[in-house]
Amino acid sequence: MQISDKYAVQMRGIVKTFGSLRALDHVDLDVRKGTIHALLGENGAGKSTLMNILYGLYQADGGEIYRNGKRVRIKGPNDAIRLGIGMVHQHFMLVENFTVTENVILGREVTNSLGVLDMKRAREDVRRIVEKYGFQVDLDAKIEDISVGMQQRVEILKALYRGVDVLILDEPTAVLTPQETNDLIGIMRNLAAGGKTIILITHKLKEIKQSSDACTIIRRGKLIDTVNPQTVDEETLAAKMVGHPVRLVVEKTPAQPKDAVFEIDRLSVRDKRGLPAVKDLSLKIHRGEIFGIAGVDGNGQNELVEAITCLARAESGTIKINGEEIQNTTPQNVIRHKISTIPSDRQRHGLVLDFSCEQNTILEKYRSGPFSRRGVLQNGKIAAYAEKLIREYDVRPSTCALQPARSLSGGNQQKLIIAREISNEPDLLIAVQPTRGLDVGAIEYVHKMLVHERDAGKAVLLISLELDEVLSVSDTIAVLYGGSILGTFRQDQADEKTIGLLMAGGKQHAVNG
Amino acid sequence: MLNNLTLLISITFMYSAPLIFGALGGVTSERAGVVNIGIEGMMNIGAFAGTAVCYFTGNPWLGFLAAGLAGGLLALLHAVAAVTCRADQTISGIALNLIGPGFALFFCRMFFEGATMSKPIANKLPKIFGNLATQNAVAKNLNLDITAVLAVALTVLLWFVLYKTKWGLRIRSVGEHPAAADSLGISVTRVRYLCVLLSGVFAGFGGSCMTLDIITQYTPTAISGQGFIALAAVIFGKWTPQGAYGACLLFGFAQALTVVLGGGKFAVPSEILAMLPYVLTILVLILFVGRAVAPKEDGIPYEKGAR
Amino acid sequence: MRLTAKILKKPITSALIAIVCGFLVAAVVLAAAGYNPWQAFGALFSGMFARPKYISNVLIKAAPIILTGLSVAFAYKTSLFNIGAEGQYIVSAIVVTLLGIRLNLPAPLLIPVLLAAGMLAGGVWGGLVGLLKAKYGIHEVITSIMLNWIAFYLSNYIVNLPAFHQPDSTGTYPIRESGYIMLLPNWKRSPQGMAALSRIPWLREVMMRTDVNFGILIAVFMAVLVGFVLYRTAKGFELRAVGFNRDAAQFAGIDVGRSLLESMLISGALSGLAGCVAIMGAAPHNISTLAAFENNGFNGLSVAFIAGGSPVGCIFAGLLFGGFLYGGQTVQADVGAPSEIINIMMGTIVFFMALSKLISTLADRLAKGSALHAE
Repeated sequence: MQISDKYAVQMRGIVKTFGSLRALDHVDLDVRKGTIHALLGENGAGKSTLMNILYGLYQADGGEIYRNGKRVRIKGPNDAIRLGIGMVHQHFMLVENFTVTENVILGREVTNSLGVLDMKRAREDVRRIVEKYGFQVDLDAKIEDISVGMQQRVEILKALYRGVDVLILDEPTAVLTPQETNDLIGIMRNLAAGGKTIILITHKLKEIKQSSDACTIIRRGKLIDTVNPQTVDEETLAAKMVGHPVRLVVEKTPAQPKDAVFEIDRLSVRDKRGLPAVKDLSLKIHRGEIFGIAGVDGNGQNELVEAITCLARAESGTIKINGEEIQNTTPQNVIRHKISTIPSDRQRHGLVLDFSCEQNTILEKYRSGPFSRRGVLQNGKIAAYAEKLIREYDVRPSTCALQPARSLSGGNQQKLIIAREISNEPDLLIAVQPTRGLDVGAIEYVHKMLVHERDAGKAVLLISLELDEVLSVSDTIAVLYGGSILGTFRQDQADEKTIGLLMAGGKQHAVNG
Repeated sequence: MLNNLTLLISITFMYSAPLIFGALGGVTSERAGVVNIGIEGMMNIGAFAGTAVCYFTGNPWLGFLAAGLAGGLLALLHAVAAVTCRADQTISGIALNLIGPGFALFFCRMFFEGATMSKPIANKLPKIFGNLATQNAVAKNLNLDITAVLAVALTVLLWFVLYKTKWGLRIRSVGEHPAAADSLGISVTRVRYLCVLLSGVFAGFGGSCMTLDIITQYTPTAISGQGFIALAAVIFGKWTPQGAYGACLLFGFAQALTVVLGGGKFAVPSEILAMLPYVLTILVLILFVGRAVAPKEDGIPYEKGAR
Repeated sequence: MRLTAKILKKPITSALIAIVCGFLVAAVVLAAAGYNPWQAFGALFSGMFARPKYISNVLIKAAPIILTGLSVAFAYKTSLFNIGAEGQYIVSAIVVTLLGIRLNLPAPLLIPVLLAAGMLAGGVWGGLVGLLKAKYGIHEVITSIMLNWIAFYLSNYIVNLPAFHQPDSTGTYPIRESGYIMLLPNWKRSPQGMAALSRIPWLREVMMRTDVNFGILIAVFMAVLVGFVLYRTAKGFELRAVGFNRDAAQFAGIDVGRSLLESMLISGALSGLAGCVAIMGAAPHNISTLAAFENNGFNGLSVAFIAGGSPVGCIFAGLLFGGFLYGGQTVQADVGAPSEIINIMMGTIVFFMALSKLISTLADRLAKGSALHAE
C-alpha cells in the first residue's frame, strides 16, 4: 500500500524487542480515515505493544510511522496527542480520588496566568464535549465512586478533550454488559461518522463483526492478514488468530447433578464503604454441577466471594457446606471445610510471587504433616509434592519448582494455582475469573479442568465477567445484579439476550430451572 | 496567668517551627510518591550549614538560605537513589540519616577548630516585632519568632499549590497513579526529583530554625529526633500540609506545656512531663485518627510498562 | 559473562561492592579535607586489630548491635519497619537494671531471669506497636517513634529516682555481680587465674583490660537461631509469606493480624536481648541519664540493611559496624581527621546497599546479553 493521506495512520516494518523477546517483528498497519479498524490477536500477541508505540509510551526498535501521509516521530504521549492520536487503556489510567473533571484536564489544565486552576471554566469546557457526543458522565463524581462503564467514558472523554482524531481503544468491552457494549459501538460509529478514526484492540470476534470496517490479525508479533470482517466468519478469524482451527464451544457431556452440597440462604454483605453489596442472596449448588454466575463487574461478585471465603463479614444470612455453617469464621476454617478457591487476581491473592513454585504449592498446607513435623519444614516431602503437581498439571517449564512464581507466564501461574486448589480435593471449587489474561490454549485447559472436576462429582461455582464463558461452561446460570440473583436458568434454556437484559437490571419473568 | 498563657503560645510556636518545616518537606516528597525517612539527616546538615554560614557572614538570612541549599543537596542523593535507580526508599533514607550528621560534624570540626559544636552566632533570626524595647512580659511573649510566620506562610503556600494549581494536581497524580500521569505526558521523573529536592530544602530550613533561633549554635544534639517527629506529623496529618501543621503545633504545644508546668507549682517530675507530647500523640491517634492512608503509590518506584 | 552475572546476583556481592564504595567515598572526602586517606584507614584498622584488647572491644561493641540488627532484619522480612528498636532496647535495659539491683539471686538463676525479663520487656514494647496497628490501624512508624521517646524519658526518670540513683554519679547503681555475663570474672582475679594468664599474654590482656563477655556468643547463637526459624520452620514460612504478600497469605488462611503481632513481639524481644547483653556484659552495668539516644537501636537499622536482611549476615555487618565505631576513635586520635568520617562511610555503605537492586538488574541484563550473543 502506498503512503498517502487517505490513511490516518500507517506503520511500516515496526520492530520491538524486550530483552530476548521479540514482541513485534516487522509489522505493517494501514488505517483509513473515518473507519473503525480492529486489531485482533491473543493475549501477548503484540497488538497492545504496537499501539503503545503509536501512542509514544514505547519506542520502536525499528520501522516508521506515518500520519496523514507524512513521516512522524512519536517520542512520548505528548507528541502523540499533538498529532491528534489518543488512547483509552485497558487498565484505566484514572486517579481514583480525583473527580472526573480533574482526571480529564490533568496535564492540559485550564489555568490563569499564574498556574492557578480555573475549575469553573474547565468544567464548562468538558461539559460541552459531553453534550456534543451525547455521553452520560457525572463530572463532579470521584472516580472511585463511579461505575466501570462510566470510568471508560471518562477515558474516552480525556482523549476527545485533547482534540484527537485517531482514538485507540484497548480491549474496551472487557468490563461491559452486552447493552453497554452496544452503546459503546454506537458511540464509536458516531465518532467515525464525524470524521474520527478508531483503532479497536480486541480479542472478541463478535464485536469485530458488529463494529469494524477492517481487521488486522497479529499473531506472536507477526502480521498475519488484514480482512474485511463483514465478509469473513468467526471461525476463520479465530483460526487466523490462533494459527490452527479452534473449537469455540466447550465440549462436555450433560450434567448429572446429585444432592445439594453448598447452600447460601439470604446472605447480605456490605462493601468496604459500608454500602450493601450483596442483598438477601440465596442459591444452591449440587454435586456434579457447574453453577455459573453472570454479571457485570461491581454487582457484588467480589463481596460474595469474600463472604464465602470469610475475608469479609456476612451481615446476615447463612452459608452452608455439607450442612455446616461457615459464614463469619476464618479463611482457614473455610479451607478445612473443603472449599477451595481460584482467585480472580492470581498475582494478588493466588500466589506469593517471590516464593518459589514449590513453596506456593504448600501455601495452605505448610503447617501440618507431612510438610511440617514439630514446626520444622520437611523439604524432601515438599519437593516431592510440588514435583507431582507440576507434572500432573503440566506447569511449564517443568523445572520451575525452585524458581520464583514470578518467573512463570500468566497461564502457568494459573495452572499452578489450579493444581494447588484441586489437589485439596474440595467439595466445592470456586473459580473467579479463572481465564482472565490467558491465551486460547490456556483457556481451553482451564475449562477442561472445571468440567473434569464436575464429572468427578464435585460442585463448581464459576464467577466470570465474560458472559460467553459462563454460558458455555456452566450447567446452571444465575444472573447477579445489584447484589441479588435476578434469575436462574438451565444451560439449555439460557439465551444471551434475556441474560444480557437481566445483567443490566431489566425486569423479566424470573425462570428458575 | 496571662503571662503563662502568652509564654505557652510563644514557646509553642518556637518549638514547632523546625518540626513544621520538616513535616512540610515530608508531605511534599510523599505526595509525589517518594518516602522520605531521611528528613532527620537533612535537618541536621541544614542546621549546621545555617549556623556556619551565619557565623562567618554575620547574616542569619544567608544562613537560612544556605541551610535550605544544604538540605537540598543531601536530598539530591535520595532523589537519584529513589527515582533514577529505583532503590529501596526506606534504606536510602536511613543512609542519609547517617551521612547528614556525619558530614555536619565533619565540617564542624574542620571549620570550628576540631570542636563538635560551632561557636555561638551573634545575630539570630529576628522576631516579628524586632527588638521590642519593653518591660511588659506579655508583649515580650507575643513578640514571636519570625520562624513562626515563615512556617505558616509555607504551609499556606504549599496547601495552595497542592490543591489550587496545576502543578499541585500533577504532583498528586504522580503520587497516586504515576502511570496515568505518564500516559498524559507528565514527566514522573521530573516531578519526583523536584519534590524530593524541595523536601530537602524545607527540611534544611527546619534544621536552621533550631540553630539560628532556638539554640544559637550547632551541637551534636541540636537535631535529635525532630526529623522523626516531623515524619510522624506527616502521617498524623494524613499527608496534608494543614494536617501536618496542626500535628506539629500540637507537638510544640505539648513540649511548651512541659516547660511552663515544669517551672511551676505542679510537682511533676520533668521526665514525666517530657513524655507528655508522645503519650498525647498516641492517645489522639487511638481516639481520633485511626487508619492513615498514604498516597497510593507512595514508596513504590515507577517503572514504565511494568505490570 | 554468565559467571559474572551469577556472581553479581549473590547478596554478599552487593555488600562487598557497597563496602568498597564506602571506602572510596570516605577516601575522597578525606583527601578533599586535606587528610591522607591511607593513613586514616590504616589508623582505623590498627584501631580495630592492632592489639588483642582492641579485637575484644570490637566484639563487645558488636554484640548489642548484631542483636538489634537481627531485630530489624526479622521485622523487615515480615514487611514491618521496626524503627522502634531503640525504645525496645532502652526498656529492656531499664527492666534488667531494676531487677538486677533488687533481686538477690545467685548467678545460675539471676542470669536467665534477667535475660528473660529483658526479652519480655522488649517484646512487650514491640508488641504494643503491633497491637496498635492490628487493632486501630495506626501506622507502626509513628507509634514506634513515640514509644522510643517515651522509653527515653522513662529511663531518665528511673535513673533519677532516689531508690536507684547512685549518689555523685549520673546513673543508677550497678546490677549485682551475679547478673554479669562476663567471662570468668572471679577466676581471672584469683591467684591461680593470674598465674595461668601470665603465661598467655594476649589472653591476659583481653581478660584483664576488657569486659570480655558472653554477649557475642549469645548474639551469634541468636543469629543462627533466627535464620533457622525464618527459613526452616513453618512459623518462619508463615511470617515470610505475610511479608511478601499479605493478600495471598490471608487468602491461604493465614491470620495476618496475628502474624504481624507475633513478628513485632519477636523483633522487640531481640532488641530487648541487646539491652540485656549491654547491661549484663559491660561496665558500668547500669543505666545513666541520657542526653540523646545512644543509637544502639538505630545502628541496628544500618546493620540490618548492610546485611541485606540476612540473619547470619547481621553477624558480619554487626562486627563491621562495631569495628568501625570503635576503631573510628583512633582515626581522630592518630590522624586528626574527624571520627565522623566513620559515620559518613557507614552511611555510604548503607546507601549503596539501597542501590543493590540495581546490581541484580545489571546482572540480569548481562546474562540476557550473553544469551543474545550466543544465538
